[in-house]
Amino acid sequence: MTDITINGAEVSLSGDDDMPLLWYLRDIKGMTGTKYGCGAGLCGACTVHVNGSAVRSCQTRIADMQDGDAVKTIEALADGDTLHALQQAWSDHDVPQCGYCQAGQLMQAASLLADNPNPSDEEIENAMWGNICRCGTYQRIKAAIRAVSNA
Amino acid sequence: MNAVPPTLNAAQVSRRAVVRGLGITGGLILSAPLVGCGQKTSDGLKGQTAETSAGDAKLDPSVYLQIDEEGTVHVFIHRVEMGQGSRTGLPMIIADELDADWDRVNFIQGNGDPKYGDQNTDGSTSIRKFYEPFRIAGATARAMLEEAAAQEWGVARSEVKLADHKVTNLVSGEAKDMGAFVAAAAKLPVPAPEILSFKTADERKYVGVGRKIIDMDGIITGTANFGQDVMLDGMLFAVAARPPVVGGTVKSYDKDAAMAVSGVVDVVELPANAEKPYLFKPLGGVAVLATNTWAAMKGRDALNIAFENGNSAAYDTTAFEQQLWDSVSAGGRVALKRGAGADGLEQSAKVFEADYFVPHLVHAPMEPPAATAAFAEDGTLDIYTHGQDPQTVQQTVAPYVGLEPKPDQIRVHSQLLGGAFGRKSKPDFAAEAAILAKVAGKPVKMVWTREDDVRHSYYHTIAAQRVRVGVDDMGMVNAWHHRAAYPSIGETFDAAATGPSDFELSLGLTDMPWQCEHLQVEACDAPSHVRIGWLRSVANIQQFFAVGSMVDEIAKAQNEDTYEYWMQLIGDDRVINPADDIAEGGVYPNYGESADRFPIETARLKAVLSQVKDMSQYGRTMPKGKGMGIAVHRSFVSYVACAVEVSVTDSGMPKVDKAWIAIDCGLAVNPDRVKAQMEGAVIFGISIAMHGKVTAEDGRIVESNYDRYPVARIDETPVTEVHIMDVDAPPGGVGEPGVPPVVAAIAQAVSQATGQRVRRLPIADMI
Ligand code: FES
Ligand code: FES
Repeated sequence: MTDITINGAEVSLSGDDDMPLLWYLRDIKGMTGTKYGCGAGLCGACTVHVNGSAVRSCQTRIADMQDGDAVKTIEALADGDTLHALQQAWSDHDVPQCGYCQAGQLMQAASLLADNPNPSDEEIENAMWGNICRCGTYQRIKAAIRAVSNA
Repeated sequence: MNAVPPTLNAAQVSRRAVVRGLGITGGLILSAPLVGCGQKTSDGLKGQTAETSAGDAKLDPSVYLQIDEEGTVHVFIHRVEMGQGSRTGLPMIIADELDADWDRVNFIQGNGDPKYGDQNTDGSTSIRKFYEPFRIAGATARAMLEEAAAQEWGVARSEVKLADHKVTNLVSGEAKDMGAFVAAAAKLPVPAPEILSFKTADERKYVGVGRKIIDMDGIITGTANFGQDVMLDGMLFAVAARPPVVGGTVKSYDKDAAMAVSGVVDVVELPANAEKPYLFKPLGGVAVLATNTWAAMKGRDALNIAFENGNSAAYDTTAFEQQLWDSVSAGGRVALKRGAGADGLEQSAKVFEADYFVPHLVHAPMEPPAATAAFAEDGTLDIYTHGQDPQTVQQTVAPYVGLEPKPDQIRVHSQLLGGAFGRKSKPDFAAEAAILAKVAGKPVKMVWTREDDVRHSYYHTIAAQRVRVGVDDMGMVNAWHHRAAYPSIGETFDAAATGPSDFELSLGLTDMPWQCEHLQVEACDAPSHVRIGWLRSVANIQQFFAVGSMVDEIAKAQNEDTYEYWMQLIGDDRVINPADDIAEGGVYPNYGESADRFPIETARLKAVLSQVKDMSQYGRTMPKGKGMGIAVHRSFVSYVACAVEVSVTDSGMPKVDKAWIAIDCGLAVNPDRVKAQMEGAVIFGISIAMHGKVTAEDGRIVESNYDRYPVARIDETPVTEVHIMDVDAPPGGVGEPGVPPVVAAIAQAVSQATGQRVRRLPIADMI
């Protein structure tokens, strides 16, 4: 039994140790904001924060979690009704098309800016490289991140 | 796109605007005439009498606009959202004509009820086919509310005005919310359509201006519900092992081993689909039901399943390519012939010949397919899914569960689509969910994994083309002979429908806009060994890749500027109707639209091309290792030109640095979404041109996830500039027409940058 927090709420992890955090969040906790895209660490749709760092929840097993780990998902990226600056920028730049990849994109971008508030274009590309958007919203993702980093 | 060209029959279209109560007290319900018919314009409605009707669904398929006494405007959206923006664009049209406050519009997703008419979100048709009916709905409601207000105030109709959600008495200055007149308006006769007035372009508030997509907040906060996200009380999660070769059947599996996995609840065999046509029927195999997706996946791994491989077990795409070339060499059915056709080449001073090849492609939308099915106590069924067409979901599911494909028996609850690109119009996954829910006696969510999606799709076809083009003494084209061999989408529905159909050929070949004397298009036979389906832009992908590349090849071979060559090939301003040259018994479907309302206009082709030349400064001298490409194409009745600039990177792989697009889609209802679709088309086009390839060995699809089926990532993103032409024409398609010219322009630019002519996709294979 591992005691962690998910979006601030205390949770005792139990069940199949091999289960990826992705499916724990989606199926056991019913938190479907975190998306399944590939299950293989290839697309970034499942990105969440563990202790502030972006991780692929499809590649993070329950067994990999430590007592005291803090998981944050897209559902808690906003502070109550106040959107995260990136969420606001996503809306201002009309980034989403279908929207399916965007939870992962936002979580990845949020961890980038937390570590590096003023990334260069190359640093943005490197950090966001693992997040696929099949609809092709990359140009606006870059613009939205730049807008927040320059703010 | 539909595989079968829609037939237009204007005479059968019911042209009635209908008001009726529908049991909702005090509401004004307006059902707009709504049929997928291009001819129907407000002009076309003249002389028709409006009448009240009990609403025979067959004759009067309708979408509903409802305004309640609180003044809330309920718009029923009968098209699903997959990123293209229709869920926002369609209500904008009604709200604008009604002059409603956007914040007081309530959006209700249609659920497969035939009263909403055709709900297939496909072929870039949502705005194109429904702009007119939706604006008529809005204008009719506005007229009725104004009439009700005029009567109450005892003034002439011309002395009241509905604007900003309020009706104002222009004489007294009194103003009331539109809701105040709903009850009275609902009792009025429907105005004859000819007296309706429509907003001018200057008066529009939303259309042509833009609104943020209605799902924005849900998407950025993670609360938007996609097909994969459905959660019902007590539901089970299912994953299936399907035959790796299409048409295969289950030989053996270890049920006990799967049942032994913790969380697994049941193991259920799915009905086989061993014979052509495969239709939208599930593929068969064995499903594992569990209390969560992960357990179901583990259970599936434990099945140790073996299959009989059926008729397509020898399918090998490398060997099949040779078969396609043999078919091309043999020649095929002449689908279109102008002048002397291929014989015209004998009059040419010089003949150029080139072979082009495009492999199978797969949609791979970010969200793999999923459907959740739940039976109600009375035996009727609820399906929560992201099908592109709820009615196709009903029809596909019904025979498997002993129900009729009717909305009172099968209720389809459309979820957001996490991308689709054509895959989700084939709801085999929904039938699987329904079958399993029936067996389990519980709600079941059928989850497709990414590997399932890539390995069990309805693939974009595999195509070989031979193009022979003759030029005269002046170097201008006098004859174009085009042979295409590829398995047809039609074969998914009819085992005898092998080889390119007229419908497929019309997407870039029989509609070639050249002003040349001799033209011949041949369909060379090719059988299918996988399920073939439509994928964003459909046959335009391979056909315009060949056409757009060939134009550049001939121009460059003669030291001509490709832009100038396009212009000369297209020739004088005129309207083209390919139907004139189609072989006897054949058709030119024109994307399901009439040639009157959506003609092929060469002036519009040239206008977008010239715009893109100006934006890109095409024709600049390129340093070594860089190249430019330029192409223009009409598809889905919109005109798109694209120019790109590429450079060869250190790895040898070319990269698109810049892209310029000009689109003429007639009226752009939500301009930012048009722009977004063009930006997306550039990325989708890069994926196709650079990386896209699905192969088969021993009948099995080799690729399985984004590692072996790479798609464009953020580092491949060019700086993209989009220009939307200001054109007074009805709205055309937007979701698909961007892709074809992007692919052709990239192929040209890479040819220049690398010095190696691109005649096969993907380009990654060439490096
Ligand atoms: S679902 Fe985890 S990286 Fe794709
Ligand atoms: S918005 Fe559709 S996948 Fe990114």
